Order: sequence, then structure tokens, then C-alpha cells
Amino acid sequence: MSSISVKRGTSAAHRRTPGAWAVLLALAVLAVVMLLPFVIITFNAFKTPAEYSSHGPLSVPKGFYLQGIKDFWNRVDFGAKLVNSLIISGSVAVLAVILSVLNSYALGIGRIKGRVWILVLFLLANTMPQEVLVYPLYFLSKKVDLYDTRLSVIIIFTAIQTAFGTYLLSSVLSTFPREILEAARMDGAGRFRILWRVVVPISRPTLGVLFVFFFIWTWNEFFLPMIFLISNENQTVPVALGVLQGQKMMDATMTSASALLGIIPAVVFFLIFQRTLTRGITVGAVK
Amino acid sequence: MTQTLSAPPAKAVSKPAGRPRDGLSYSVYLIPSTVLFIGVILVPFVMNIGFSLTKWDGIGSPKWVGLDNYTKLLSDGAFWSSFAHNVALVIAMAIVPLLVGLVLASVLFDVIAKRFGPRTTAILRACIYLPQVLPFAVAGIVWAWILAPDNGALNAVLKAIGLKSLQEDWLGDPKLALYTVMGVLVWVQIGFPLVVFMAGLQRVDPSLYEAADIDGASWWRKFWYITIPQIRPEIYVVLLTCTVAAIKSFDKVFILTRGGPGGATNVPAYYSYQNFFEKTQVGYGAAIATVLTLIIVVVMAVLISRQNKAEEADS
Repeated sequence: MSSISVKRGTSAAHRRTPGAWAVLLALAVLAVVMLLPFVIITFNAFKTPAEYSSHGPLSVPKGFYLQGIKDFWNRVDFGAKLVNSLIISGSVAVLAVILSVLNSYALGIGRIKGRVWILVLFLLANTMPQEVLVYPLYFLSKKVDLYDTRLSVIIIFTAIQTAFGTYLLSSVLSTFPREILEAARMDGAGRFRILWRVVVPISRPTLGVLFVFFFIWTWNEFFLPMIFLISNENQTVPVALGVLQGQKMMDATMTSASALLGIIPAVVFFLIFQRTLTRGITVGAVK
Repeated sequence: MTQTLSAPPAKAVSKPAGRPRDGLSYSVYLIPSTVLFIGVILVPFVMNIGFSLTKWDGIGSPKWVGLDNYTKLLSDGAFWSSFAHNVALVIAMAIVPLLVGLVLASVLFDVIAKRFGPRTTAILRACIYLPQVLPFAVAGIVWAWILAPDNGALNAVLKAIGLKSLQEDWLGDPKLALYTVMGVLVWVQIGFPLVVFMAGLQRVDPSLYEAADIDGASWWRKFWYITIPQIRPEIYVVLLTCTVAAIKSFDKVFILTRGGPGGATNVPAYYSYQNFFEKTQVGYGAAIATVLTLIIVVVMAVLISRQNKAEEADS
């Protein structure tokens, strides 16, 4: 970013040729098209059913009608769904970051023998379709009385996210400066102390990025939570919305209200995490 | 004790005597994950293969049938068409976003960032990236409603601008449904390559472009001979992750069409779910899932080996 802003000051305005304006216009149109679904949803979430049926989906709402949103909130107990999603995504993100750190310490810094093959196994575990695990997990979770608990979903996704985290973090930690480790060892620090007092603090930006990824990915998951969380009080936000959508029991304004309630947390996370996220994608891309 | 618990890694460091300084004690850090992975990934994976060799409704006791489920797969038209649909999803989620993302990223980086400033660039990028952060369950509800035949927003727009004849049952017409799903997926996916490629462009040496400018190279020549070769690692990462994600698609199909109408948008992941939980043909569902896994592994291996070859050819 900095290199761009340096160049910019000099002659940016001069180079705003008609062609450049045309490109900007085309991109602005694209951006509007991308946002259009969100705008339409927001419009209709605030309409009364009567207003919707007389003016159709495209009119601008005449007022702030909140009843549709309130009705939907109470009907699905949306607050409880939010709490479930927060508990599950938060626990998975914390646990998976911890396990990824432990694994990558052994693989990236410890360089134990066979690490390439272990990494291949982690990568395979991460790319497996969930369908190949779902029935045995369903069967086993019933055996151990974990079926239809949030804990079952937390355990499963901790494993899945750790697979990716280990793969990414191991390659990041394999470039960790050796001199720092050597210096800590000279000072008489043991392996765990080096991990906790040296490696973790220095890698904190990467760990933050992993946390954000794990949180959002787990939040957005649909398939396994749908299979494992069948009772109403355990469901996450996407599962509750997806299942209701399938039942086709909602009118147009309530559908919009439900979609808006699903969009809001995602946009909030997006705004909170945007900086970390963009940085993180860079980390992932360069490997 | 620790050795027996962490079986695979311990085997990997089977000669601790040679390296007294490192070795064993680092592998201790792998124990928690090893236990977790055996329970959550390895055992279920092996069990699934076991299930696929049986006929089982999930309740009684499974009956051994050997490879019957796999031979049945070979002659199952629904299975083959679900794979053909998967190819369409790869086009919509990997190929198209990759190509469009490349052009968008270099235009944003080259034209917008340099002439209109980083703020404009960041805003445009955020707008295009936004669908990526939504749970698809939510994006799917939005689209299913926009594309609804009677009171959907798209048909209302067409009516409002006098193109009533173009109104369609976008997700309900077997001839159209797959194309509609593909369109929605392009909308969802396009932000991902854009952001990755823009990050990649930041590490390209600007002097390459300056030299090309002095030689009077056109924008397209620079795009083709500098931009694309320089961000090739990112192109491979995007191609790999998007292709695998497309082959694994479940929630898109579940929310938008449930594989319908009449199987016109069914994909292997959804087909196996149907067999597991709707038709209770667990053995058959397990066979589909196993084949799906195999295909993903093969696709990954091919893409990764191509990437390695390209890197070798470079150096």
C-alpha cells in the first residue's frame, strides 16, 4: 500500500484520462451490482406485508417497519442462535489456534523427521469432503452421547481447522529466525518456555489471522452443524436460517428480515476484521 | 508411553539415538492433535470405507456386499450427471472467477490505485469481496428469494423495464437451473481471487513495468508478459482452493435447489447426503463419498505436480 501512496502524490490527477474514468465507472457499476442483493433485502425487511404486496419488491420502503424483524427474531429465538454460533466459533478458533501452534512448533521449528509426510496428512485431512466423515461421526457421536450437542461440533471443527492451521503455520514457522531460538537456548530456556515466551509473542500477527479465519469459517459452516444440531436450542445462525428457508413457511418480508439478520453479524465481523483479513489472505497466498 | 500414543510421528522419528539434541521431545507437541485426528478423521474415514462395502439402512446390522455399491455406481445415471454438474460448478467457482479476478485485480492495481488513490481502490475491493464473508445459507436465501418465479425481485425488474417476455422460473426450470446456480456462484466467489491477486501484485517489482513502459509496451502485453508470470504462485493457490471447494459444494445446492428440479442441479456431495439421510442407503452414500474423496485427491495431486513442474521450468 505504501508504495502506491508514494507514487500517487506526484501526478495522479494528471493521469485521470477519459479512459481511466471509464474504467472507474465500469468498476463502480460492478460494485453496485455486487451490493444490489443486499440493498433489495434491506428495503424489503422494513416493509409491511401490505406495502410489499401493493408496491412489489423494488419500491423504497415508506417507513421503518420493524415488526417483521421482531416477529422473526422471536419466532426462531434468534438471540439464542447468535449465542450458539458465538460459543461454537469462538471455542473452535481458540482451540484450533492452540493445537496449530503446538503442531507447527514440532514440524516447523523442531523439524522432526518425516515432517513432510505429516504435513501431507494434515493437508489431506483438510481437503477431505465432510460427506466422507459424516455418517461414521454421526454413528459414533450417538454411541458416546455427544449427538445433538454443541460440544460435538466444536470437537469436529477443531480437528478440521487445525489441519489447515498446521499446514499454514508450519511453513511460516519454518522461516523463524534461528538466532533468536539459539539466544533463548543460551539463556537456559527449555523447549516449552521458548514456545510460550518467544515463538508465540513474535508470531502473534499470524496467530491473529488464523483466529479470524477459523472463527468466520466455523461461523459460516452449514452441513455438519445441520446434521449434528437437530434440536432448536442448539442450532447455529446459518442452520436455523437454512432450515427455515427449506420449509417455505415465510412470506416475502419475513424472508428479507431473516436474511438481514443473517447478514448483519457477517458484515460486523467483516468490518472488525477487515484489516487482519486482508493481511491474512496475503499470508495464505504467499504460503 | 508417549511413544505409543503418538504412533505416526513417533515412527517418523524412529532413530532418536542419531539426533539426541532434537527428535523425540518435539514430537510430544503433536500428541493432542494425533489423538484428536485419530478420533475425528482417521477412524471415521476407515469406517466410511467399511460402510461402503455393505448394504445398510443405518438401523439394523449391515450386510456385507463387497464391491456391489461401486459397480452399481458405474451404471447409475444420476451419479454421472451429478459429476457433470460438478464440472459446471468448477467453471463457475474456479475458472470464471480466476479469469475475471485477474483482469479486475490488475485494473484496480494499475489504473484505479495509481490514478484515483488507495481509498477508492479499497472501497471497490471491499464491495466485490463482501459476498465472500456471508454464510452461504444467508446468501442463498437472498438469491432464492430474488430469483423466485412469482414475486421475485429479478422478475419484477424485468416486468418494470418492459421485458416481461424474459421472465423465467430461474431455479425451477430444469433447462435453466444449473446456469442460474452458476451465476450465483460467480457472484459469491469473485472477490476471493481479486483479493489474493491484489496482494500478490504488491510484491511485483515495479521496475519491470517501468522498463516495459520505456519499450512502449501496451497494457495487454504488460498484463500477459509481466503480471501473469509474476503472480503465478497466487494463480495456482486460487485455482487449487477454488477447484477443491467447487467439487465439495453442498450448501449451495442444498439451499438454492435441493438438487432439483428433477436432479438437474444435483452434485455428488448432495447425492451422498440424500442416500445417507433421506433414502437411508448408507452403504451407497458411503461409496459416493469415498469416490468423491478419491477424485478430490487426484485433482489436487495433478494441480500440485503441475505447479511444481512450472516452478522447475522457471528456475
